[in-house]
Amino acid sequence: MADETLDASGLNCPLPILKTKKALSKMDTGKILDVISTDAGSVKDIEAFCNQTGNKLISTTEDGGKYVFTIERV
Amino acid sequence: MSDDNKMTIIATKGTFDWAFPPFIIASTGVAMDKEVTIFFTFYGLNLLLKDTSKLRVSPIGNPSMPMKMPFGPKWLQKIDFGPKIPNVLWNIPGAESLVTWMMKKTMAKHGVAKIEELRSMCQEFDVKFIACEMTVELFGFDKADFIDGVEFAGAASYFDEAATGDHHLYM
Repeated sequence: MADETLDASGLNCPLPILKTKKALSKMDTGKILDVISTDAGSVKDIEAFCNQTGNKLISTTEDGGKYVFTIERV
Repeated sequence: MSDDNKMTIIATKGTFDWAFPPFIIASTGVAMDKEVTIFFTFYGLNLLLKDTSKLRVSPIGNPSMPMKMPFGPKWLQKIDFGPKIPNVLWNIPGAESLVTWMMKKTMAKHGVAKIEELRSMCQEFDVKFIACEMTVELFGFDKADFIDGVEFAGAASYFDEAATGDHHLYM
């Protein structure tokens, strides 16, 4: 289960990434963040973000245009 | 943070639409652990003013600008009026304001951040803003009209910022 949830629905690039960064920076290492997004571009972008920042993308799920990214703060 | 993470952007455009790329790339860069500096020069200085209401989209000589209705029935919103409107019509007073207003509407509908929002996020994430001192004086800007946290310096300072790192962009 996620420790925090960030709802970035309706927001477009680069806001989901910026808000994810902000949310993660307030969390302790090992904590889990769920990011909800409706921006299809965020699928690639969250992956790239995690690649570059070293945070761990645990899972990505999609349900009717709504994406949930589960990220572990590293 | 290592020096390899350095990134610089030279922002030279002062229109509403071109205000976005420097702030989007800079804020995303810092979010991805880059250390970012933006050097604002010539018309780009306008992006640092407290009052951003003077930033406009110029439809003149901008043939790639799509012109779609931000509201109304779906079929209407799909029509791109841009190529259909003769360039001479854009000279009508108010055309620029209309196009700017429409772009703002469209952006809000698509959940695109406002310039001020992106700009303050850049500052929150410690993006360094440098305003070109020479053009500030050349264009007669009042330093009091700029947002807080702006450094005023010259081209040599840009090179100091750009001495390391792999990402140096001109916009």
